[in-house]
Amino acid sequence: MLQIDNLHAEIASENGGGKKILDGLTLTVNAGEVHAIMGPNGAGKSTLAYVLGGRPGYEVTEGSVIFRGQDLLAMDPHERAAAGLFLGFQYPVEIPGVSNIQFLREALNAQRRARGEEAMTGGDFLKLAKEKAGLLKLDMEMLKRNVNVGFSGGEKKRAEMVQMGILDPAFAVLDETDSGLDIDALRVVGDGINAIMRNPEKGVLLITHYQRLLDVVQPDRVSILSKGRIVKTGGPELATDLEREGYDAVMADA
Amino acid sequence: MPEAALLPTNRDEAWRYSDIGALQDTAPDTFEAWEDVRVAEGETWSDLIVLDGGADKDGGLEMRRLRIVLEKNARAELAALVAGGQLGRLEVVVTLAEGAHFELGGITLGGGDTTREIVTRMAHEKPGATSNQTVRSVHWGKGTGNFLGRIDVVRDAQKTDAAQSFKGLLLEKGASVNSVPQLEIYADDVQCAHGASVGQLDESARFYMAARGLPPETIRRLLVQAFIGDATRELADEATREALLEKALTKLDERGA
Ligand SMILES: Nc1ncnc2c1ncn2[C@@H]1O[C@H](COP(=O)(O)OP(=O)(O)OP(=O)(O)O)[C@@H](O)[C@H]1O
Ligand SMILES: [Mg+2]
Repeated sequence: MLQIDNLHAEIASENGGGKKILDGLTLTVNAGEVHAIMGPNGAGKSTLAYVLGGRPGYEVTEGSVIFRGQDLLAMDPHERAAAGLFLGFQYPVEIPGVSNIQFLREALNAQRRARGEEAMTGGDFLKLAKEKAGLLKLDMEMLKRNVNVGFSGGEKKRAEMVQMGILDPAFAVLDETDSGLDIDALRVVGDGINAIMRNPEKGVLLITHYQRLLDVVQPDRVSILSKGRIVKTGGPELATDLEREGYDAVMADA
Repeated sequence: MPEAALLPTNRDEAWRYSDIGALQDTAPDTFEAWEDVRVAEGETWSDLIVLDGGADKDGGLEMRRLRIVLEKNARAELAALVAGGQLGRLEVVVTLAEGAHFELGGITLGGGDTTREIVTRMAHEKPGATSNQTVRSVHWGKGTGNFLGRIDVVRDAQKTDAAQSFKGLLLEKGASVNSVPQLEIYADDVQCAHGASVGQLDESARFYMAARGLPPETIRRLLVQAFIGDATRELADEATREALLEKALTKLDERGA
């Protein structure tokens, strides 16, 4: 479903040059799979997420990404979303003056129009939003507020998943969706990810530091990303090894 | 006396950032004329002023000048959009008596090489009056937006509260905004909060919105709408609030100049 091949990318810096972050990253996620990515701070996990999303300033210098048979890197960020890609942000952005309801309804309808589908009516949209907020146990009142403004860290992450539920993507890249969540919220969010994304036609790239989320959203594959490339891939046991022994020990026998 | 001597120049404080070139075809007595408004004790007045290049206003000057006198405990509320003319200019002078309040929600918009400006003077002449001015400017091309707000507080106008907030949003390189608060305060127990800032559309917000599937035009519209929404927020009358926002958004959709 997602084939990343020999991806090299750099981040444009203010003084003109580029800082190389991804250094020959290769990874495949098949439909029906949850693929967990773990790796030390600064390894390039968020960079990978941004490159997949097409963030300006993140330049691909080599390699390719094929998403559902299409050249992902040739598309603009909003076209990638319409093609079925969802990016869950490590740090969701606050947008003062724009309500969640307005934002998500415009986003959903923009995606539907881009796919040649009918726009959703206000009533149907509210029903959908209510259902997904309920799934994530997020008070509907929160959705009337401005996007992420004044939300706690945990509320932002939960709101990300409500957005995912509403937009119903084919593929999700979730960047540390578990960080900032209390233990109960972690369970709710994990269950939410399963409910929304566990589907033979869908895929997930799940970036996390902790086994705890993986106990709820059980990964089919686990990869370690270090210094801009995938250094080891295995089954769910790789995550438990990491939790027990740490990166240095596990990567030593890579 | 030659006519030119009677036209304002950039040396006049209230015309400092203005487009004097746009005044060439203007009769000098234009600058003698004022619209006068008097709001009686305890009364309320409100108006929506739109300078948007309607009718035969292409090029040249499009200007309104108001002199508002607020008697004791009177309240005036002005919603204003300055989005027309080579030079679009709204000038407001307000004299406030005891306990009076003046509220301004102002928006300037413009591209091309236009200048759109709001120039105000609050004369706080009696104690306990309040004024609050919120101006938001969105400019593109080589457009210029100005807000010049002068505040005069006389010696015995204690407990005056005169606030100003200005923000500029530049949609393209080459556009600019200017804002100078000018405070002449002779009383000691007064509050004059003022803030001014200028910026561009927030990069992170734009990417976040794009990642949810919104195309660039929609992102721009939503963010600009949120930005100018500030100028309407403090207006008490909902219909005025909506009318101001509506007019501004229509003008932005045209985005000619
Ligand atoms: N805008 C930027 N300019 C320059 N360097 C950057 C920028 N953003 C990130 N980096 C650098 O790129 C490297 C990879 O960062 P990235 O955020 O992808 O790491 P990460 O694996 O997500 O780490 P974490 O686990 O802490 O979230 C880091 O060394 C970081 O300092
Ligand atoms: Mg990260």
